Amino acid sequence: MSDVLTIAMPKGRIFEEAAELLRQAGFQLPPEFDDSRKLIIDVLEENFRFILAKPMDVPTYVEHGVADLGIAGKDVMLEEERDVYELLDLKISACYLAVAGLPNTKINDVAPKIATKYPQIAAAYFREQGEQVEIIKLNGSIELAPMIGLADRIVDIVSTGRTLKENGLVEYETIVGITSRLIVNPVSYRMKDERISEMVGRLTEVIAGEEIRS
Amino acid sequence: MSRLFMFEKPLGMRDTLPDLYERKAAVRSSIQGEMKRWGYQFIETPALEYYETVGAASAILDQQLFKLLDQQGHTLVLRPDMTAPIARVAASRLLKDELPIRLAYSANVYRAQQREGGRPAEFEQIGVECIGDHTISADGEGMAMMIAALKEAGLQNFQLSVGHIGFVRDFFQQILGTEERAENLTRFLYEKNYVGYREHVKSLALSSIDKQRLLDFLKLRGGEEVIEIAYGLLENGTGKKALAELEQLWGIMQDYGQEDTVKFDLTLVSHMSYYTGILFEVYAGNVGFPIGNGGRYDLLLQKFGKDTGATGFAIRMDRLLEALEDNIAAEHVCCVLYSPERRKEAFDFAREKRSSGKGVVLQDISGVKDIDACTSQYEDITFLVGKAGKESIK
Repeated sequence: MSDVLTIAMPKGRIFEEAAELLRQAGFQLPPEFDDSRKLIIDVLEENFRFILAKPMDVPTYVEHGVADLGIAGKDVMLEEERDVYELLDLKISACYLAVAGLPNTKINDVAPKIATKYPQIAAAYFREQGEQVEIIKLNGSIELAPMIGLADRIVDIVSTGRTLKENGLVEYETIVGITSRLIVNPVSYRMKDERISEMVGRLTEVIAGEEIRS
Repeated sequence: MSRLFMFEKPLGMRDTLPDLYERKAAVRSSIQGEMKRWGYQFIETPALEYYETVGAASAILDQQLFKLLDQQGHTLVLRPDMTAPIARVAASRLLKDELPIRLAYSANVYRAQQREGGRPAEFEQIGVECIGDHTISADGEGMAMMIAALKEAGLQNFQLSVGHIGFVRDFFQQILGTEERAENLTRFLYEKNYVGYREHVKSLALSSIDKQRLLDFLKLRGGEEVIEIAYGLLENGTGKKALAELEQLWGIMQDYGQEDTVKFDLTLVSHMSYYTGILFEVYAGNVGFPIGNGGRYDLLLQKFGKDTGATGFAIRMDRLLEALEDNIAAEHVCCVLYSPERRKEAFDFAREKRSSGKGVVLQDISGVKDIDACTSQYEDITFLVGKAGKESIK
């Protein structure tokens, strides 16, 4: 059992692209992998165990060592600041964090409020700008906040910009570009060095190939 | 803030109940025994130190310090590590005749935790400091002793990763030119952000050869062969001294017969400014965090007025216990239930047993409500109740 490599995968948006990337790197994943409701999937042929976690929790599993590796968005890495190695930019699920709000509006001087799913990132960003704002943490449907007057601005992920547009919001500033990363627990990085290096090597080749093609 | 429950403790503080205490004590004593056999002497220092002196000299980040004020208004800290207090003692009291001194400790240290309140903010460290010896032999001794101590404690599957901060510094400065730029790049290693490191290297105005050298640096992990590869990355000799030290260390570990447990990782940066030479971390297979770390810190003693080098390591007791199998048998204790009529008989009986090294609980039977519950706790029960001569043993 000790040779099993445990990989924490983010459910949802990133999952398909991540699974596709692993397949391209030549890893044998079962077909039911994509529509399984199981939280733990063992792939005996590769000696892998996948755990399917909420994207925000992936770095937590990896930091505590219950997963050796994980695939996590840079947004989550910035927000969570976990003590893990960020080994590889997988160049998938590209998007960016942006400040958005209703068009032609200013941040309220009296009670400036920012709604976000990323309180750490938002706080750090506005602190760097020298702006004093109140951060309001929401867990989803962030776009609602400016529409109903909860906040002047939101800090959220933008991939196509469609959600913003459909809700009548515009982007004001881009904070940082986001892609998914391969992250590794520091102990696993040493104790399971060979298997991890092999995997990183194969993934690096696929990513480099994609870059040349695109 | 909500009202405290009466049983609550400050965040991150833990009680140690008898079972865990026994396990801890057993592990501590086997490690202490090994350290003493290597000629290290144990000392104690106070839990409180001045913030301006020991607090500022310590390797622990400021936001992790527990601070308080004394009656004169000085800021105090609960010691966040033992290295700085020991450097203080050594510099002021012990360093004489320029001879190396070997000190050891097992003590609780205090670090405020920012995340997930339950993480221990007080935990035991057991470690050593070898002060006043600048040789690589001292570094090797620390590592070999750490391995011996962990084996003595019963740990099987573990590994030491060894780096050299001097190599990182020399190599980066040679390519990047200034200390500031070298520090910026080093920070990516400290934060374990290899993606950021690569992006930063690509953004620098350097020749493609130099960029490749910096990228290849990330691969300097593995066995003895790493040193050879590292030599290949160098130009005009800078960084050679550090690599020669690592070579020498490898030879020393071979002579100890411990090289199997050691791997090189030249990307290892455990702290931004504290260490000055060889540094290492130790990992056990089943625990997600390093169970101990150490290295050479030649600048710390200067802060206390002595210009001499030092090296040491610390093992985190809680993580080591997590890594160890629970294989320590509980001490066998028997119980004597007595009534007042046979009290003296019971006391004599207990004294005799105790003098032969056995543990005996003496319990007045009228102090126990549920006899069955009481007797089920012990394997060996002696009843000395009622009139003499009717002793019964369960």
